[in-house]
Amino acid sequence: MDDIFGIPAPLLFGQLLLGLINGAFYAMMSLGLAVIFGLLNIINFTHGAQFMMGAFAAWMLLEWAGLNYWWALLLVPIIIGFTGVVLERLMISRLYKLDHLYGLLLTFGLGLIIEGVFRNQFGSSGLPYRIPPELQGAWDLGFMFLPIYRGWVVIAALVLCLATWLLIEKTRLGAYLRAATENAPLVQAFGVNVPRMVTLTYGFGVALAAIGGVLAAPIYSVNPQMGTNLIIVVFAVVVIGGMGSILGSIITGFGLGIVEGLTKVFYPEASATVIFVIMAIVLLARPAGLFGRA
Amino acid sequence: MTPTRRSLLTATVGATLMPALPRLGRAQAANTIRIGVLNDQSGAYRDISGPYGIECTRQAVQEFGNKGFAVEVIAADHQNKPDVGANIARQWYDQGVDLILDVPTSSVGLAVNNVAREKNKAYINTGSATSDLTGAQCGPTTVHWMYDTYMLAKSTGGAMVKAGGDSWFFITADYAFGHALERDTTAFVRAAGGKVNGSVKYPFPATSDFSSFLVQAQASRAKVIGLANAGADTVNSIKQAAEFGITRRGVKLAALLMFLPDVHAIGLQTAQGLVLTESFYWGLNDRTRAVTERLRPRLKDVKPNMASIANYSCTLHFLKAVADMGVAAAKASGTEIVNRMKAMPCDDDAFGPGTIRADGRKLCPSYLFEVKSPAESKAPWDYYKLLQTTPAEEAFRPLNEGGCPLVRS
Repeated sequence: MDDIFGIPAPLLFGQLLLGLINGAFYAMMSLGLAVIFGLLNIINFTHGAQFMMGAFAAWMLLEWAGLNYWWALLLVPIIIGFTGVVLERLMISRLYKLDHLYGLLLTFGLGLIIEGVFRNQFGSSGLPYRIPPELQGAWDLGFMFLPIYRGWVVIAALVLCLATWLLIEKTRLGAYLRAATENAPLVQAFGVNVPRMVTLTYGFGVALAAIGGVLAAPIYSVNPQMGTNLIIVVFAVVVIGGMGSILGSIITGFGLGIVEGLTKVFYPEASATVIFVIMAIVLLARPAGLFGRA
Repeated sequence: MTPTRRSLLTATVGATLMPALPRLGRAQAANTIRIGVLNDQSGAYRDISGPYGIECTRQAVQEFGNKGFAVEVIAADHQNKPDVGANIARQWYDQGVDLILDVPTSSVGLAVNNVAREKNKAYINTGSATSDLTGAQCGPTTVHWMYDTYMLAKSTGGAMVKAGGDSWFFITADYAFGHALERDTTAFVRAAGGKVNGSVKYPFPATSDFSSFLVQAQASRAKVIGLANAGADTVNSIKQAAEFGITRRGVKLAALLMFLPDVHAIGLQTAQGLVLTESFYWGLNDRTRAVTERLRPRLKDVKPNMASIANYSCTLHFLKAVADMGVAAAKASGTEIVNRMKAMPCDDDAFGPGTIRADGRKLCPSYLFEVKSPAESKAPWDYYKLLQTTPAEEAFRPLNEGGCPLVRS
């Protein structure tokens, strides 16, 4: 058996793959943040809570309505996305003319409130949610044992990321979006309803977080804190990738998942810190992020 | 100034929040015993005690009745942060709180231990697991209630080695509790002729994906994966171990610390067959069922576990000691009231008869349970079957091995 840096090669490959799986979550989450920041200039700190709401909504659909995982995958982004639309109309839209800081404070506060409400209602130790029967079991890859569900998460995340990228870069709607990001009054002058587009974009970003939550429900404990653990890392991912850069957040998400995975083998104690070390280095060398425009 | 909508709203919100603020400013009645429940009300360990632990304390006060002095229970959230916990403890003791109890998270538990010793005030820890509380860090004002890492290691670890699990790999939460649990379990594994193939220490509480550590554990060819963690971390580890098919391929999981709410969170389908140790289970005998029934109006659908009900048990014993020595004497010295508690035998429905040793260790039996399968479970919260009982005298670390300075003097 070959060793690489003192670690058996099969173990290393396994860790790379696991890193890629975690990276899939980072990519999906940071993508939603990037889309929202790109158009709304809002740093959406409620994103972690919306991810958690996605997982809880999947649980509620199953327990209260008897709707299985596949229905949840379809319905949850619509439901949670709609709550995002309501939130944008009622509160966030009032802050566009103010400094970034106000949007950050509002969304951060909302995130805490939502988390508190769920904790009060459901406690902190979490709820059980099973892997759908179609995706149970595992593939033996020779160097490791890969649960089918984890493979599915990577594929689903890749497809979603790619579709979002195509939507924004290659379609007419995406062109409007990009144009509104550059100069909203001008686009509005051409007869595009920019406020509605902004609202729907926020809803779309939130829906991405909610799908992330549904995908996470069977593998992580469905508890009110599940988003908090993720959101800080995801913000670091967005900063490293470059605020508002779509492709940047996807590539950085997957890349940092792998870096984190490797850290878990070589020095596990630092696995929660390594991403922030990278963030500090990137901010010193390229303040706009790896893919951002200065 | 005419009231605007905003000022009205602010006033309303302010008025709603007012009653929630601690009412410590009131003139202190010399005839009132004050008990502060300090625990996690918002984080990973909330469900283990949190609001339930407060209710159990109140139940004890109610059952104790009126013995000529008033008892007031207050509560706060230490957010699992040692600095926050130590600050609240200092403030409480200075403002006339006579006893602080609960305090999960070993790093916080040890910090409050120092404050209690410095202020000469009583401190009963029920939530922290570290056996150092009655070892090198023991104090004359501290009592450690229903469990510790040594007791868990001896019961669960000892049983696993006996059943043939003679090689171990630890997945350890990187703070005081995880380290103590790994250390104590390692000692038992080695003493029984087993070996430790390796361990990983992961950052607490920032980790939710354990697959990487589980795969490393599997690669080490160990027969047992020891989970030296608690709460949501244990839940995630077990869920993901099932997902990666680790247990199906003959590797055993040792959940070294697991409480009833954790089993509830994982669900019997995934948790069945796990072996764990608690010193209380609501369905254990007639007395435990009786106290659980009495607690039902307070806890609603939730059953107590050893941590939340320990607050009930220790509050009762503390109040008996206060009644025995008088309120004025009890308020004067934490050391004196704790000495009185050590001199009196304990007995309550939750843990049965017991004693408190010179080093502050409360002795009670430990029970090794196996989690039932969904088919065996007949009612909600019917989760455990008893495998083995370790009597109180053998369950904990022998008095002379802990290195507690109180024992030598």
